[in-house]
Amino acid sequence: MELLTEIVGPYWIQIFQHACIVAVSALGLNVIFGYTGLFSLGHAAFYGVGAYTAALLMKEFAGENGDAGFLVSQSVFLGSLLAGGGAAALMAWLVGLPVLRLTSDYLGVATLGFGVIMKVLFDNADAFLPQLGGARGMTGIPRMTSLPWVVLALTAAVLVVRNVVHSTYGRVLVAIREDEVAAGAMGIDTYRYKAIGFTLGCSFAGVAGGLYAHLYCFLHPSSFDFFKSFDLLMIVVLGGLGSMTGTLVASFGWIFLLEGLRVFLPPEYLEFRWVLIPVLLVVTMLLRPQGLFGVRELPFLRSRV
Amino acid sequence: MILETAGLVRHFGGIKALDGVDIGVRCGELVGVIGPNGSGKTTLFNVITGIYRPDGGSVRMEGASIGGLPPHRITRLGIARTFQNIRLFRELSVADNVRIAHHQHVRYGPADAVCRTGSFHREERRMREEVEGFLSLFSLQDRRGELAKNLSYGDQRKLEIARALACCPKVLLLDEPAAGMNPSEVAKLMEFILQIRERFRLTVLLIEHQMRLVMGICERLVVLDFGRVIAEGVPSAIRKHPRVVEAYLGRNVPSGNRIHG
Repeated sequence: MELLTEIVGPYWIQIFQHACIVAVSALGLNVIFGYTGLFSLGHAAFYGVGAYTAALLMKEFAGENGDAGFLVSQSVFLGSLLAGGGAAALMAWLVGLPVLRLTSDYLGVATLGFGVIMKVLFDNADAFLPQLGGARGMTGIPRMTSLPWVVLALTAAVLVVRNVVHSTYGRVLVAIREDEVAAGAMGIDTYRYKAIGFTLGCSFAGVAGGLYAHLYCFLHPSSFDFFKSFDLLMIVVLGGLGSMTGTLVASFGWIFLLEGLRVFLPPEYLEFRWVLIPVLLVVTMLLRPQGLFGVRELPFLRSRV
Repeated sequence: MILETAGLVRHFGGIKALDGVDIGVRCGELVGVIGPNGSGKTTLFNVITGIYRPDGGSVRMEGASIGGLPPHRITRLGIARTFQNIRLFRELSVADNVRIAHHQHVRYGPADAVCRTGSFHREERRMREEVEGFLSLFSLQDRRGELAKNLSYGDQRKLEIARALACCPKVLLLDEPAAGMNPSEVAKLMEFILQIRERFRLTVLLIEHQMRLVMGICERLVVLDFGRVIAEGVPSAIRKHPRVVEAYLGRNVPSGNRIHG
């Protein structure tokens, strides 16, 4: 591990970790939008719910520096990650009850509204829980996220998505995307499965949020606003709706481009990243409207049943 | 009576699409629903299958009231359908279209899927064989990997019927199965509907405009016009029924009132 850090430098390791975390969250959004066809513009809010939940639990139960024993603190960390995922899932289910009655653009507007509400909530969170920091940001989160943790999380996320997608449950989600009326006529409880797809995807965002909180050790509400939801949406569309390979490649490409340009561009031109990336996006959409990978997959992600 | 409606009413704004429809279908029967355009045939199907809620009246399946239930509940009670404007899962393979219809009969949980347990593999294998059976029945087995949208029109119609059969229904509702088919295809379809009815012990209710098909295979016809049943009976009687002739061709105007020129 030290050798690796020596060779590529801690900065790039950290970016790699960030890319893995984004990939986990984007895989969740791909389940929601790519496979189930639910247009969600509030994914970052669920990411935030997971981040704040996990960070709060970690601060409460493992101390600011994670100074309990190694095994204890790692177990508490795992527990708080799962709790973060669970909190996001619970929130998704509650929000989904009313909003999943809506379709297409209307669902987008409703989830966007939810995202804005959550941002305001994070901004004012210190009013009811001072530890959350509110608009000043949350500090004192122990640095627990490490290379093994993110690789483990990403591997687990990929396997879960692959196994669900290539099962009868995954096919049901895709059927709902393709034609909800026909899916209902095939005996599928479309509302229930939309809620399941939405909840599953949001739980990924929650776990990813927990990892993110313990990577940078600082949370600020602006990390979970509408624009962050939009970034994830772009990653999923860019990679190809309903392609896990595409989501993975686009996540890594996105983060490395964004952070890599920080190294290569002179500081005064740094904001040109926000010119370059949209241009890339426009060009990709013109040349490959179905996304980089369409619905194609790497061999180990294909259906073999 | 396996399927029965009584006083079924459905409005769309001021239009009464169904205005007190009473029909009854006996177990194993093959009944045709005919009527001019806009007479309420497809609305009747949509109300029976739960896509629309009835505004009044009742629908009964094997004696149990099903009016107003959501579509998936009705399908699980044994009513499957095809759609007039084909509604396949276009971006999915032919085999997957049929597999999805079989979902309700799959016996493994989400946890089995995530962990790829033995019961997952067993059930998937069983389902693959069942699907293969349905596909070969329709001679679609060589196209199993093809996307549904790439099938020819006739094959898409066939796949829709295959998909409906994979729901294992007791009653099959076919909404214009022969639309867009040429006479030789219609003849084959007629043969085929009779075969599957026999093989799966189905009760079939079908909407059709092609009189050749309706008159050829239906045991009984129900004629709708402006949301009401105007006639009911065996095909030969319906053909001569004055109100049916009137609904399709208009009334014979007394010669003195004819407009000349």
